[in-house]
Order: sequence, then structure tokens, then C-alpha cells
Amino acid sequence: MSAETNRNEWPLWEVFIRSKAGLDHKHAGSLHAADAQMALENARDVYTRRMEGVSIWVVESKHIHASSPDDAEAFFEPANDKIYRHPTFYNLPDEVKYM
Amino acid sequence: MTEAAQQELFDKKISADQCIEAKDWMPEDYRKTLIRQISQHAHSEVVGMLPEGNWITRAPSLRRKAVLLAKIQDEGGHGLYLYSAAETLGITRDELYDQLHTGKAKYSSIFNYPSLTWADMGAIGWLVDGAAIMNQVPLCRTSYGPYSRAMIRVCKEESFHQRQGYEIMYTLAKGTEMQKRMAQDALNRWWWPSLMMFGPPDSVSAHSEQSMQWKIKRISNDDLRQKFIDITVEQTKVLGLEVPDKDIKWNEERGHYDFGPINWDEFWNVVKGNGPCNKERLNTRKAAWDNGKWVRDAAMAYAEKKKAKKEEAVLETA
Repeated sequence: MSAETNRNEWPLWEVFIRSKAGLDHKHAGSLHAADAQMALENARDVYTRRMEGVSIWVVESKHIHASSPDDAEAFFEPANDKIYRHPTFYNLPDEVKYM
Repeated sequence: MTEAAQQELFDKKISADQCIEAKDWMPEDYRKTLIRQISQHAHSEVVGMLPEGNWITRAPSLRRKAVLLAKIQDEGGHGLYLYSAAETLGITRDELYDQLHTGKAKYSSIFNYPSLTWADMGAIGWLVDGAAIMNQVPLCRTSYGPYSRAMIRVCKEESFHQRQGYEIMYTLAKGTEMQKRMAQDALNRWWWPSLMMFGPPDSVSAHSEQSMQWKIKRISNDDLRQKFIDITVEQTKVLGLEVPDKDIKWNEERGHYDFGPINWDEFWNVVKGNGPCNKERLNTRKAAWDNGKWVRDAAMAYAEKKKAKKEEAVLETA
């Protein structure tokens, strides 16, 4: 964030929306609001004007911890050489069905 | 990682059509270009509410009024998606507003023209939103992830804007003689400024080449303008109206419509602040911001007070 951040600026919130029952909440974007209630109402008006959601989560952006893109390679490396975690790794005779 | 290695990784991602995300390393000029373009886009959405706001209370029917309100509300929403995308690049909302209010940041010049009659609501939806869609669809594939996602959302919603505008034009064009004249007059006034919305010709466009390399921009100004003209001339025929350009002529060889020279002096004059409504638009935005300050402050004070009370209650029960 910039050094000139205005102290009066409403905090930033991240918005997550469940588009219909049975699906995960998915990040939709962000917005500014004074408190959680206002954030929910603003999220409804900004991100669900066409029935795009049945449930909304809001969380203040400052509470989100993220992995660092600079370390992404090393961070995700442990999974990189384990192709035996995928079903296609295994050789089975063609006559075996339903597996 | 050294800066050279980071630059190399960035270049590799761009050439492989991979998105750049908010926390990824990016060249400073790429960041600056994006902030300039996205914020200009956001400001255009917000200032773009003003010419149409002029007609809400005078819409000819309740249906038209409800539609116009919904369209203007969408534009406010589009401004907000885009401001959020710009903020991921490390600039604050207040700084963005400040740049608009001080004239440091620009918005689309089209909104510095007045909306004189109800037919202008038709012409704006059809031509101005039509040109905006033409500009925005390729931006769904722009290289910066948050911008691309905002544009996908905007494009999904924008199509109704153009259709409602065309419907207004069609109704007027098939109406009484006076209504038809009103529609033609609106087309005459909005045609040329709409063509200017695609920006200066490629040969003189200051930012185009670098933006194309970075895949921020995917199709050139002139190509988009030609595409818009080809489509819109045909739509004008359906209305039974005439494009206000005597040089409009189908060119078999090129497979495109030829068109007359655009008055770029007028364009630059409006960009520089001398359009019919530049001062009015900016003053309206500034007044809205200044007059809303007490509301923003009061909401923040109330939220802080409630939070403090809640913490106090937790301490007492502990």
C-alpha cells in the first residue's frame, strides 16, 4: 500500500461468492466499506446485481495471508516429482475394465 | 532472484500468454501503464453516469426509467470493479479519486458532450456503449489478471446497455416524423465523437506500441474503429437513418467501409479540457466527493465506536 494512504479511507474487503448451493465460494473482487455489514451490502450491490450469488463472504483484505509468488517454485516443488500420485502413472493390462 | 532474471521470467510469461498477477514482479513501466489505463477506464465509467443521469427524471415511461436506472447502476458497478483492479497495483482509492479531481487522470472524452434530448439516451447506448464493447472485448484477454477478470464481468453486463439504446433509437426512428428527426439529430451529434473513442490513429498513438508488446492491448485503434464502422453502418440502415458522413462507401477491394476524415483537432481540444461539458462534469464529481465527506467520516466513526464497544464487552466478561 502507498505511503500516502489516507487514514480516513474505508478499509478494503475481499468478496467471495457462492453462485449456487453445492458450489464453493469463489473470489469475486474487492471493495471498500466501513464495517462488515456495509461490506456485505455493498458486495450484494456491486457483485450480485443479476442473481450471481446465494451466499457472500467478506473478509478484510489485511487478514489474508498469501504465499509469495517469488518463492512459488520452491514452495510447490515437493509435488513436482511425484507423478505416481496420478492414476495414469500405472500400467494396467487393457482387458481390465472399470478401473 | 536478480532483476534480470525476474525480467526474463516476466517476458517469458507474456510471450506464453500467461497472466501476470497482482503480487508478481513486473517492470515499473508496465505497472504505471496499467494504473493509467485502468484508472482512466474506471473514471470513464463513473463520469459516464452523468450524461444519462440527466434524463432519469424525464424518461418517457416507467419502463424506460427503470432500464435507465439499471444501466447507470451497472456503470457505477463497472467503475468499482476497475478501481479494485487498479488498487491491486499498489495505488489507493483516494489517490485515484484525487488524480481525477485534479485533472491529472483523464476519462473518455465522449462524456464531455451534452445529452440534449431523449434520443441521446438511445444514441449513447447504441453508439457509445457499442464502441466501448468493441474496445473492451479484446481487453478480456489482457495480460494483467485482475484487469482481465474485471473486463470479463463488465462485458457480460454491457450487452444489455447497447440493446436498450438501439431499442430507443428504433422506436423513435419508426415513430412520428418529429421523433425520427430527433433520432437522426442524435446520431448526427454522437457519430463522430463515438469514432474518436477508439483513440488517435495508430500512427500517432503515444502508448500503443509498447502496450501491444505487453499484451495489455490486443487490437490496434484503427482496426477496432474500422470494425465498429462496418458493423454500425449496417445497423443504421435497419433504423432507416443516415450516417452523417458523405464519404461512407463500401470498398469491395478492402472488404470494409471507407469513411471520411475525422476531426482530430476537435478530439485533442476536448482532451485538453475545452469540450462543451469538461468543467461541468469535473465539478459535479468534485462536489459529490466533497459533499459526501461527512457521510464517509460518520460511517467510519460509527464502525470504530461499535468495534470499541464490542471489545469492551469482551474484556468485561473475561
